Amino acid sequence: MREQLPIVIILGPLLGAVLAAFTGWFRPKLSHPLVVVGLAISFAAALKLVFIVAAVGAQEYWLGGWGTKPGHGVVGIQITVDHLNTLLLAAVSGIALLTALYTKRLVDTELAGRQRYFYALFSLLVTGLLGITITGDIFNLYVFMEIAALSSYALIAYGRGRAYMAAFNYLIMGTMGACLYLLGVGFVFAKTGTLNIDDVSAIVPALGQSQALFVGFVLILLGAWAKMAFFPFHGWLPNAYAHAPTASAALLAPLATKVAVYTMLRVMVTVYSIDYINHSPGIQSAVLYLSSIAIVVASFFSLTQTNLKKLASYIVLSEIGYMVGGAWLANKPGLTGAMVHVVADAAMTSALFMAIGCIVYRLGQAQLDDLKGVFFKMPVTMAAFVVTMAALIGVPPTCGFFSKWYLIQGAAQAGVWHFVVALLLSSLVKAIILFRIIEIGYNRVPHPAIEGNPAIPRNEAPLSMLIPTVAMALGLIALGLGTSTLVNTIITKALPAALTP
Amino acid sequence: MENLMANFNYVIVVVLMMIGLWSMLAQKNLIKKCIGMAIFQTGIILFFISIGAKDNALVPILAEAANHTYAVPDVAKIANPLTQILMLTAIVVGVATLGVGLALAQKIYQQHSSFDEDEILENQRK
Repeated sequence: MREQLPIVIILGPLLGAVLAAFTGWFRPKLSHPLVVVGLAISFAAALKLVFIVAAVGAQEYWLGGWGTKPGHGVVGIQITVDHLNTLLLAAVSGIALLTALYTKRLVDTELAGRQRYFYALFSLLVTGLLGITITGDIFNLYVFMEIAALSSYALIAYGRGRAYMAAFNYLIMGTMGACLYLLGVGFVFAKTGTLNIDDVSAIVPALGQSQALFVGFVLILLGAWAKMAFFPFHGWLPNAYAHAPTASAALLAPLATKVAVYTMLRVMVTVYSIDYINHSPGIQSAVLYLSSIAIVVASFFSLTQTNLKKLASYIVLSEIGYMVGGAWLANKPGLTGAMVHVVADAAMTSALFMAIGCIVYRLGQAQLDDLKGVFFKMPVTMAAFVVTMAALIGVPPTCGFFSKWYLIQGAAQAGVWHFVVALLLSSLVKAIILFRIIEIGYNRVPHPAIEGNPAIPRNEAPLSMLIPTVAMALGLIALGLGTSTLVNTIITKALPAALTP
Repeated sequence: MENLMANFNYVIVVVLMMIGLWSMLAQKNLIKKCIGMAIFQTGIILFFISIGAKDNALVPILAEAANHTYAVPDVAKIANPLTQILMLTAIVVGVATLGVGLALAQKIYQQHSSFDEDEILENQRK
């Protein structure tokens, strides 16, 4: 059973999607439980693999038993669970499971009558994201990338109205990214003759400073950047996530961009080696500047927003700058910070969008001005929201503090001070946003006790939404307290050997 | 120049990709953007097929392959089948993407009676 676990991670949501779509024809009510069961199986397998990987090391699985044949090299497609991706696999399947439970009520109201297609696409998107994370084959990664992308275009377009145009722009940008990635894969394949990640990484050092390989590297990175909405490819993201249905945004915002960041990390750390970055200091410093710009610009745009969903989308954009910058510092604390932050940010963004979803469910809209008195109306939701914002700001002991600590350490070690300034500035901006929301939510209504007004009635979000939200917010603190254990047992081993002293 | 003539397929690949990229990014018409996307993907398909092609190569099918009794022939003389198989997948992906893109364009047209990006944005601002 243990050797089958890696494939179970993908099969759970894939079968869930197929069954949800077909049973939907005669039993529409069945589609949600089917998807939840599929995701639960996937999460259980991913969680079990975290312990196995921490104890024994990487697990491999060859699809269809087509492994290596003597005299032929690699003939099959490999999927691998190693120290680099095991935590993200658990995070993606876990967040997807919680989100699936959370979205039940939202989907019933927002997308009444179309639930079964929504859940089929939801599950298919998770399949794609898990596939990108788990695969050990660069072309297979492209296929999973497009599975995830196609389902997310549809999930965004469910928002109707302006969402169509947002989804169309995302489609153009996303396809361009995937095509650039595929072109890069072509260069790598032409030069190495293999698509297997382990094989490529064994061949790349022998080829030395090959220009074709370098072009491939740049193209793959450009593709990943377009997919993750890294500055200057960020244009599609705020509209897409703000106009998507809340239920879609709650799944897309935490996971889709983070998995693209993982793709970049995988290419930088495993497929090519980290030496590649250290050998091209010009590009490295350019990317670091771009990351700082991404963080600062996105932070200031988030400050000017009046719509809560758009504000959150710009926060997502600034967080992407953290991870790209951390990875391109190419030293030990920087890479550790980037790897921790991929998981931490997935959890933080998920909690943020869940809390916003609860607010939207009760208030009907997400303008900042509508938040008057919201702290009296929905105290539990707002408590979760404040914890999440604290994590995004980087208040200990939440997970945001620890990943940011590693990133700042890495930037200081590399002497990249503009990145340190950008990180601190972005924390400051998020603190301002939090205090603004507290100010609106608490003080812009006459206090019931003083003015003699009738008390604002408690009107919490339904429990099926509230419990996942609170669980996610508590998870941020748990993840923060567990950061050092995770780093010592898993993430340190994912770092390239050249960096670990 | 001789080098270019010998590798004229790569020249065509570059031209196709430039046309595709330009019309994806610079065109205002949504349908033209979709066409650009298809042209870009065609360029990539041609690129992959080109890197797998070989003059006077053997067909990569061996009759005795099923029972593994064949002697491995000179690999350098066999065409690489992998690129064509990869592109079969890429064609499927491309068709699916184009389908979704056109469906979205149709929905947008129903709303705004226009395919022009500027007009649509103007409409949305109202």
